[in-house]
Formats: sequence, C-alpha cells, structure tokens
Amino acid sequence: MNLIKFLESFTDDKLYTSGTSRRDSFSQFGTIGKGLALASVPFGLSALANKSFAADIQPTPATAAGALQLALTLEYLESAFYANGVDSGIIPAEDQAAINLIANHEADHVSFLSSAMTAAGVALPPVPTFDWSGGLGLTPFEDYEQFLAVAQGFEDTGVRAYKGQAGFLMGTPYLTPALQIHSVEARHASLIRRLRGQKGWITGSDRGGLPAEFQIIYDGEQSTTLGAGQFDAAAQSEAYDEVISTQTAVDIANVFIA
Amino acid sequence: MQQQVKKEGVSQAFTGRRNFLKLSGLTLAGTGLLLAGCSDDDDTTPTADNLPGVRNGKFDLGGGDFGVLTYAYALEQLEADFYTRVVGSAGFASFSEEARDILSDIHKHEVIHREFFKSTLNSLLPSANVLPALEFAYAGVNFDSESSVLATAAVLEDTGVAAYNGGGQYIADSAYLVIAGQIVSVEARHASAIRDLINPGSTDFANTADANGLDPAKNPSEIISAVSSLGLITTPFTATFLP
Repeated sequence: MNLIKFLESFTDDKLYTSGTSRRDSFSQFGTIGKGLALASVPFGLSALANKSFAADIQPTPATAAGALQLALTLEYLESAFYANGVDSGIIPAEDQAAINLIANHEADHVSFLSSAMTAAGVALPPVPTFDWSGGLGLTPFEDYEQFLAVAQGFEDTGVRAYKGQAGFLMGTPYLTPALQIHSVEARHASLIRRLRGQKGWITGSDRGGLPAEFQIIYDGEQSTTLGAGQFDAAAQSEAYDEVISTQTAVDIANVFIA
Repeated sequence: MQQQVKKEGVSQAFTGRRNFLKLSGLTLAGTGLLLAGCSDDDDTTPTADNLPGVRNGKFDLGGGDFGVLTYAYALEQLEADFYTRVVGSAGFASFSEEARDILSDIHKHEVIHREFFKSTLNSLLPSANVLPALEFAYAGVNFDSESSVLATAAVLEDTGVAAYNGGGQYIADSAYLVIAGQIVSVEARHASAIRDLINPGSTDFANTADANGLDPAKNPSEIISAVSSLGLITTPFTATFLP
C-alpha cells in the first residue's frame, strides 16, 4: 500500500483537517505539550505515529502539481517549526518581532498554497510527523542557538527548492506566486543568517557552523559559473543562489520527518 | 534586402543562445526540464520585429526573452552604478563597519550581475541590439550620508525583487528563468539586510509581503515608470514590447 495514502487514511481528521488553521492546530499541540514533558512529546501525535511508520516523504512529480505539493510540504515544515519556536518562549525579546513575522509568513504560505491547490483540484499532501531532533539529538525549542541554526537551514533550503521547482510552474498561474514566496524566504534567510552573525548571503558552500549533516543544504552553492571573471570566487558564489533538485529538497526535509 | 538582414539577426540570436547555454554550464543539467524549455523556446524566440535596438532615435528594450534580459540588464546597470558610487564616495569610510561590509559585498554582487547580462546579451545578439551603457544621476542622494545611501539602496533592492518577481512569467526559456531566480533571491537577501540595517530588530526586513505572505511582483511597465519617477536613469529608452 502506498505509504502516503496509508498515512492519509490514518490521519486524524479532527487534528489535520484543512478547515482548522495551522495556528489553531499548534495551539492545541501547545496545550497538550504544556501538560507533559515537552521533550517526550515534541509534536502532537509523533510519540504515537513514529513508532509505527517510517513516514519519509517521497519526491514529487516533475509537474506543476508536484511542485506545489513539495512547496506545501516544505511550508508545513517551516510553519510548524516557527510556531513551536514562538510557543517555546526561548526567543529573546529583541528578536521576537522578526521571528513572529517569519512564523506568520510561513503560516500564510501554508494557507495560500492549500487554498490555491484546493481550488485547482490538486491533492494536498498530508502534514508529516516531524522529528525536530533531526535524528541528531537537536533541541531547537530549548536552545535558541540551535533554533536559529535549524531556521537558517530551512530558509536556505526553501530558497533553493522554490528555485528548483520554478521550471515546473512555467506557463501556469502559480509561477508568479511561487516567485513571490521565494523572495520572502530569501528575505527570511538573510535575516536569520545575520542573527547568527553570518552574512545574509551564502559564500562558497559554507554551512556557517551548522552540523555536518546539513552540508547537503549548501553543496553546489560554491558555483562561480555565472560570475566568472569578476572580483573573486567568494563574491561570484555569493552573487547567485543555486537550485536544488526535488530529490535533494526531499532528502533535507526527511531529516526532520519522523 | 531588409528581410535578409532581419533573418540574419534571428539566426545569430539562435546561435548565440546555444553558446550562452554552454557558457553558463546549464547544458550540464541535462534534465527533461531544460530540454522541454529549449524546445518550447524554439516556438517563442523573439523575431527580428521585437529585438532590442534603436527605434525612433531611442533604444527600445525589445520583447520576448531578449527584451526581458535587456530589461534586467538595465536594472542591473542602475544598481551596479549606484553601489560603485557608494563604495567610491568620500564619506564611505565614515559609515558603520556593518554598513560598509554589507554595501561592499552588494557592490560586488551587482557588478557581477551587470557584467553577466552584458556578456550574455553580447553573445546572443549583434552589438547594435545590445543595450548600451546607460547614464545615471542621483540628485536626491547624498553619497556621503549612510542614511541617504541606505534609503536609496532599500528602494533599489525592493524594486529589483518586484521586477524579477513580475518579469519571470514573461520568460519563455526555462534556463533564463532559473538564472533570474538565482539573482532575485540574492536581491531579496540584500533588501532584507539593508532594511534591517536601517531599522534593526523590526519587521522591516520582510514586511513587504502581503496578507498571503507574498512579496510584490510588478510588470516591467510599472517598474520602468517607478524608476523613471526617481529620475535616476538619464539616458532615454523605451519599452514598447514589454507588458
């Protein structure tokens, strides 16, 4: 049986119904979480679900519908991550305005894509069960440095992934909105990177102190092809962001999917 | 006779595009996506009728993919010229270290973008069809003032983001669309950094997005009219083939 289909049938409609806003879902989880040890129940049903299923997402088809499905899954990931971060109370006062805005944007992207896909008759992918430890023992909702590090990885991934899907959206009404989301993700990426003391842009394939397992997010960014002959390799690589394939985007997402 | 000249222009453009693909290394991608884009492109390659070039005494940016690329070249010329003046100004040394770091990096990126379009368009088109170096004026900008420079930089970067976001839909060749995407996200990174530098700790870095979390996307005509109203580009040009 198709794993995704199976998960869809398993999914509790009450928790995952598209009629419930993501924010509401997260408040629900937040309430549950407060009554229990956060570490043991990092995200809603995961304690129940991840024991039974390897729920890795699969590459989406090289079509407009596939591009939208991948985009929505990545937005689920980002939206859930920031909502948890906002609820965690670890964000210092001086960064709260910025992080709250990003959290709102990611929730907006989930709503926007879900509505657009529903209107177009494109099946919504199920919300994955997330493992925020990344299998690396990360505790991003207890440690703000880790939170920012994971956030940087998600934002830089999002920028590359949208770029990689743009070709599939050519000639459809979804290309322009996808580009409009893409540039917002890049604005986020720049800010998060700068909060970490990094440049807002990516030099070479430097992962900026992220765990070695995150190198996949930056591999290929060192390209100097389009900037050849001007200044130095650092500037040439910074001047252009690079695409990632569907498979790479899925591989990165699966690090955080239980 | 005139027909022949036109035909020649088109075939040169074709050859040039293939060369460009080699130049940019995109042939390596070898994906179905790219191949599909190329075959589509054969149907929509601009004809001689809308190539960039001088019409009625002014350079017209042209239509089709060459028009969009030429339009992008004009915008990158503006950005590169602006930041060249910024880092060369007498007052630059008095800017904050963070501002100097950011503006120096952006200067390099924008010159790299400009030179890319310059060499690409020259490889695609006869020189008469390549937009010449534009001239600029900055009556309202005090290049010795950090706040004046940052305010102008924010406008230019936001304009670039909206221009690429709105221009993408008019690109027929997926290889060009990818390159536009590779540039626009860097422009958005710039916009975020400049806006945050102006107002740290605020939501300004990304409060450009609407209620759906979407950044602005503007048509070439809107962008050109906005840039014209700033009075920054002093070389007259037209854009009769762009939406």
